[in-house]
Amino acid sequence: MGDLLQRALMKKPGRKGEKPRRSSAIAFWVLLALMIVWILFHLKDIGAAFVEFGAYLQYKFIQRALVVGTLVSLCASLLGVTLVLKRYSMIGDGLSHVGFGALTVAMALGFVTAEGLPGFLPGRLRRGIAALCGSIAASPLPFTLVVVVLCAFLLLRLSERSRMRGDSAIALISTSALAVGVIVTSMTSGMNVDVYNYMFGSILAMSVGDVWLSAILSAVVLVLFVLFYPRIFAVTFDEPFARATGVNAGSYNLLIALLTALTVVVGMRMMGTLLISSLIIFPALSSMRVFSHFKTVTISSAIISVVCFVMGLMLSCVYSLPTGAGIVAVNLVVFIVFSAIGAVRE
Amino acid sequence: MALMAMKDVTIAFEGTVAVDRVSFEVNAGDYLVVVGENGSGKSTLIRAMLGLVKPRSGSIAYGDGLVKNRIGYLPQQTAAQRDFPASVEEVVLSGCVNRMGRRCFYNKTDRKKAEENMALLDVLKFRKRSYRNLSGGQQQRALLARALCATDAMLLLDEPVTGLDPTAAAEFYDVIRTLNRKYGVAVVMVSHDLGSAMRDAGKVLVMNRGMDFFGSVDEYRAKFAEGAVTARG
Repeated sequence: MGDLLQRALMKKPGRKGEKPRRSSAIAFWVLLALMIVWILFHLKDIGAAFVEFGAYLQYKFIQRALVVGTLVSLCASLLGVTLVLKRYSMIGDGLSHVGFGALTVAMALGFVTAEGLPGFLPGRLRRGIAALCGSIAASPLPFTLVVVVLCAFLLLRLSERSRMRGDSAIALISTSALAVGVIVTSMTSGMNVDVYNYMFGSILAMSVGDVWLSAILSAVVLVLFVLFYPRIFAVTFDEPFARATGVNAGSYNLLIALLTALTVVVGMRMMGTLLISSLIIFPALSSMRVFSHFKTVTISSAIISVVCFVMGLMLSCVYSLPTGAGIVAVNLVVFIVFSAIGAVRE
Repeated sequence: MALMAMKDVTIAFEGTVAVDRVSFEVNAGDYLVVVGENGSGKSTLIRAMLGLVKPRSGSIAYGDGLVKNRIGYLPQQTAAQRDFPASVEEVVLSGCVNRMGRRCFYNKTDRKKAEENMALLDVLKFRKRSYRNLSGGQQQRALLARALCATDAMLLLDEPVTGLDPTAAAEFYDVIRTLNRKYGVAVVMVSHDLGSAMRDAGKVLVMNRGMDFFGSVDEYRAKFAEGAVTARG
């Protein structure tokens, strides 16, 4: 086995494309064989883990987390391919921080009372405002969604039009949103378990409403992605050319930003503000190490994303790890494996 | 009727005039080189020809079978593009996007067109290869095949030999000449490389915000030589 691996490593083709197929095939099979050997040795543990995970699946909240997470991973990976290739990887990260800020502000609105508002306002208006704030605090998702979508448009506009570079604009907005969130939290409820859950995610956070929302979202993303596939490719590969041939590149960018915003908001409470962007960038990056056609990259990153999510969820259930971090860890392992295959292939 | 006629076109951004009262025509089968220093308005002029910026005044008319959005454009390559994971076939096919109308997918005609153009530019053998594994010259030929999918009449090339080594650049000029002479495709090329570009070109447009010169290469040479003589005398 080691001998084969060594031979595969030694046999670097001197020039590009001389015999890349053969060496990559050898490397692939060697890695696969190693994995199979490892799996065979640990078959018992793996079986036990699956059985334990099966037991967990009877819980309603795990079922919900599984459905929402799978769908969100799927959307994130599809959007991720375009975002990564257009050098917009940090948009997901920026938007999740904005989402955190918006969530904390929405929660803080629960502390608004009619008596606390300035006295010069008429009593009815004060009561109305207080009621509105209360209802926002009770279900903060719609409010967060609106804020994040608006920020997605803003980010896109900033990176397209202004003199400021796109990445600095995103850093500016994301850190500001985080600061607002932290200030608002410390002024009201203080750093509590809720805030911790927003930051690092919680598997318990998914409601039935989230299941529906994620189902609709993923259906929309999938349908749009398939229907506009040639145009999305054109805009991703070469925006000036696409514009010159009459593709309305601006509206495709807006659409992608909008869908990213939705994916981030639905996924961030499970994955956590700090980790949601990994769902967007990891699968695309991993599959780009090995695959070199747009179609295969897209399909493989969707598969990688879903498989990594399920594995991560399983790990977090069986070994009681934090869910978001577990999923990111699995993604990292896949990225390293794919990078190794890619390196051997080169 | 010209393929494209610009009449007194002025373009300005935020009060700065980038292109000042430029008028010229591109006819079927022309080979026009646009030269000028950095910031002389070449790129803006190109963007106006493609309909990406609106002129403040003046008019741009398309004719003789050329429609806006049916110009084969070869933009300058970006760093992100050079290692883009896409097959040559996917890249070339994407040139057909402008003939899709309301369709969502490529049809047989699109695929056939892409195949013909890949064969024409000798990249058919790379069709399943990844774009990022091609050499600079091969990448440029693939992009040219894509541009040809988008047009039948006119190619617009924005500094196409930037980053190519001299051999690849010479080959590229040969390809352009063949397309122009043999297939009658009108070519408009922005170039820094005046000497090589002028060897094949029929007309020259010198930009300097306004239009410093527009005419045939022979006229340009005559004027240039005359200027040199007077300077010496």
